[in-house]
Amino acid sequence: MARERIAAALRWETALLVALAGVFVAGIAISPQFTSSYSLFTTCTNIGDLAIMALPMTLIVIVGEIDLSVASTLAMSSELLGVLWLHHWPMGLIVVVCIAMGALAGLINGLLVTRVGLPSLAVTIGTLTLYRGIANLILGATSVSNFPSSYTAVGVNGFLGIDSLSWSVAIFAVLAIATGVMLRMTSLGRSLYAIGLNQEAAFHAGIRVKRIKLMLFVLSGIVCAAVGILYTFELSSAAENIGIGFELQVVTIVLLGGVSIFGGTGTVVGVALAAFVYALLRSALLLTPSFNENDFQVVSGGLLILSVLVPNLALFRARARELLARYRGKRARHA
Amino acid sequence: MSSSATPAVAAKPPSPAEPVVSLVEASKAFAGVHALREVSLELFAGETHALVGENGAGKSTLIKLLAGVHQPDGGQLQIGGEPVFLSGPGDAAHRGIAVIYQEPTLFPDLSVAENVFIGRQPLRPGRRIDHRAMDRAVNEVFARLGVRIDPERIARGLSIAEQQLVEIAKALTRSARVLIMDEPTAALSPIEVQRLFRVVEALRSEGAAVVFVSHRLAEVFEICQRVTVLRDGQRTLSRPLEGLSETDLIRAMVGRDVLTEAHEQHAPSRTVLEVQRLTREGVFRDISFEVGAGEVVALAGLVGSGRTEVARAIFGVDRYDAGTVRIDGQKLKRGSPTAAMSAGVGLVPEDRRQQGLVMEQSLARNIALASLRKLRRAGVIRARTEREFATDWAKRLQVRYSRVTAPVSTLSGGNQQKVVLAKWLARKPSLLIVDEPTRGIDVGTKSEVHRLISQLARDGVAVLVISSELPEVLTVADRVLVMREGQLVAGLTREQATEEAIIAAGTAAALPSATRKTPS
Repeated sequence: MARERIAAALRWETALLVALAGVFVAGIAISPQFTSSYSLFTTCTNIGDLAIMALPMTLIVIVGEIDLSVASTLAMSSELLGVLWLHHWPMGLIVVVCIAMGALAGLINGLLVTRVGLPSLAVTIGTLTLYRGIANLILGATSVSNFPSSYTAVGVNGFLGIDSLSWSVAIFAVLAIATGVMLRMTSLGRSLYAIGLNQEAAFHAGIRVKRIKLMLFVLSGIVCAAVGILYTFELSSAAENIGIGFELQVVTIVLLGGVSIFGGTGTVVGVALAAFVYALLRSALLLTPSFNENDFQVVSGGLLILSVLVPNLALFRARARELLARYRGKRARHA
Repeated sequence: MSSSATPAVAAKPPSPAEPVVSLVEASKAFAGVHALREVSLELFAGETHALVGENGAGKSTLIKLLAGVHQPDGGQLQIGGEPVFLSGPGDAAHRGIAVIYQEPTLFPDLSVAENVFIGRQPLRPGRRIDHRAMDRAVNEVFARLGVRIDPERIARGLSIAEQQLVEIAKALTRSARVLIMDEPTAALSPIEVQRLFRVVEALRSEGAAVVFVSHRLAEVFEICQRVTVLRDGQRTLSRPLEGLSETDLIRAMVGRDVLTEAHEQHAPSRTVLEVQRLTREGVFRDISFEVGAGEVVALAGLVGSGRTEVARAIFGVDRYDAGTVRIDGQKLKRGSPTAAMSAGVGLVPEDRRQQGLVMEQSLARNIALASLRKLRRAGVIRARTEREFATDWAKRLQVRYSRVTAPVSTLSGGNQQKVVLAKWLARKPSLLIVDEPTRGIDVGTKSEVHRLISQLARDGVAVLVISSELPEVLTVADRVLVMREGQLVAGLTREQATEEAIIAAGTAAALPSATRKTPS
């Protein structure tokens, strides 16, 4: 069965790979602009930020929790950056303060989940709104965009002079490899999967379940704050409602990547592939005439449902077969 | 079957000639693997029918066919000689077949009576629930069974024995003709077992057909009239019990003779575990005892006397309010399994599936789970190192498995328990606490586990065993500590420890729990 499961996981990742190729071909067919380095760079920049946030989210979903406050934490970081820059703080100090604020935001989520014992879904829906509100209070209706071009270059120039490779994707690649190695090959990685599958057994085996979960929420806060800074520079603007709705895109990418919403399974490779399928699909569809951002929401929602549904298809099939057997039996009796 | 509130067991008088319910050459396969092959079973009114076999022999599948959970692939189920098709558990219940599981699941916030009548409450005009009629009917059933449980008390906090009685009451108020009890005694203390047996006898004499599943053969001989033995999904024996011996049954179960075990005395050296005045409010108090290296100490007593809770407190999965735990003279930090593990303590928990194993993960992952730090090389664990480590320990404990990468859920109960043991032995503990080492494990594996415990003591490990099975206690223990209502009431040496002495110490002045009336 383990072999079957590995095979199933491979199939999922293979399917994503096929989807990636399919989307690429479709994109080229739709518009020649699809492969222009400008288009690829924009796509790349967008997805890099989401994909980086998807990494801590992957770990949190693997242990059976969720963090919906990621985009709001990003916004707090971005708007704090804006307001401090207006007050002429040195950039180094601003970065430290923003990251510390992200850690605090994650700590609050983590403490409410692990020490108070509230469900993370409820807690982070709460802080989703709370942090977003705080973010908008920090900066108000002003927008800050007078950042020096040496910072905002990350939104214009490619990484190491490669035109179509954004900084965000390069950073993601490094972090993804680190996360992947951690998950596959370290005792922490083993512990995360064990927690996701059976928290109680993990606890009985001496794994510090609460401490690990707390740490993951803090990590998520730090990473999201850092992405907040990066994203602000890419846009070269900090303003109200920055990154709104990102949390659902991040969750979609994680689930599309084959991470089980019930915890205990999932790989970084899957999530990375899912991020690019998602980004290229969006880019290709938006290049289609008469297709707009709203239409894409329909696609995005459908993808989310599909990625939860498909891994459980075998289960549904078995249930349907059982129901059918019962139905036939009843008819046989009445006959 | 009218759902009247008046309990009536048998519509027909007992007629041993014709079975009430029978399976005729029933087969069932899951994903191509045969769980049952052409098994026939006849259940007669007024008879208690033992169903025995090693884990994985097909008992559960057979019960699920009778309970309507599964439908046979081949053969048929007959009720009163007529072939029937059960569309689901509800259908089976409607036709008078009731199943009482080892650990019943009641609604904890509803009263006993509400649980008994769940989904079919008697109504007063205006569709209001008739609580008085419910209480009356439940009281009547309990009176007939000779037990006293307040029908209005909330189900939360009922002992497993009491919960089973509630399930039995549920079956009786449905006028069940066939009562299937799946290992009902596994979690019961000897006193509770005796009370359950009186109830079973009462039901049988009223004409019910009872199916009794148990791993304890002594109980089978005590309560049953007929026996069916399964091995590898096939029936190897089915006949009246009269004239059979335990050895006959064991041979039919395992296909060979199993040697009876003798106790092996170990001499303790230095003290490893020292517990002083350990107290957790409302659970246990003033518990003091020691366990030496190379010694097996058993913690006996009724279920609910606080044995498991003391073990959990020592290992740190539960907190305690006062007292100290010392390992090799060093005080142990409270409430931290991680600290207990670094001090050399291991706990094989009572609930294997929930606490001992990650069922979906492989043997390798499970065995390595408590030794991850040891397996690290430069911060990294290689899958191959992990597999070799696990294979080594699985072999030492003679786990029967196909591949170390197969999920533990594919193993039988006995082999799963060996995996949990392997996980802890791989840490080379100085103190191993084993809670119910052989619950739900077949005869053959049971004696292997006992030999393992003995071997551990010989290797100088201090072993604390918690067990509800007195023969097991007497086989493995060098010393027996008895708990009653949260207190340590007796320490018996090997010579003093007899079944009678342990029962006497564990129950003196304590009323059997079902007669306890809770203050409302």
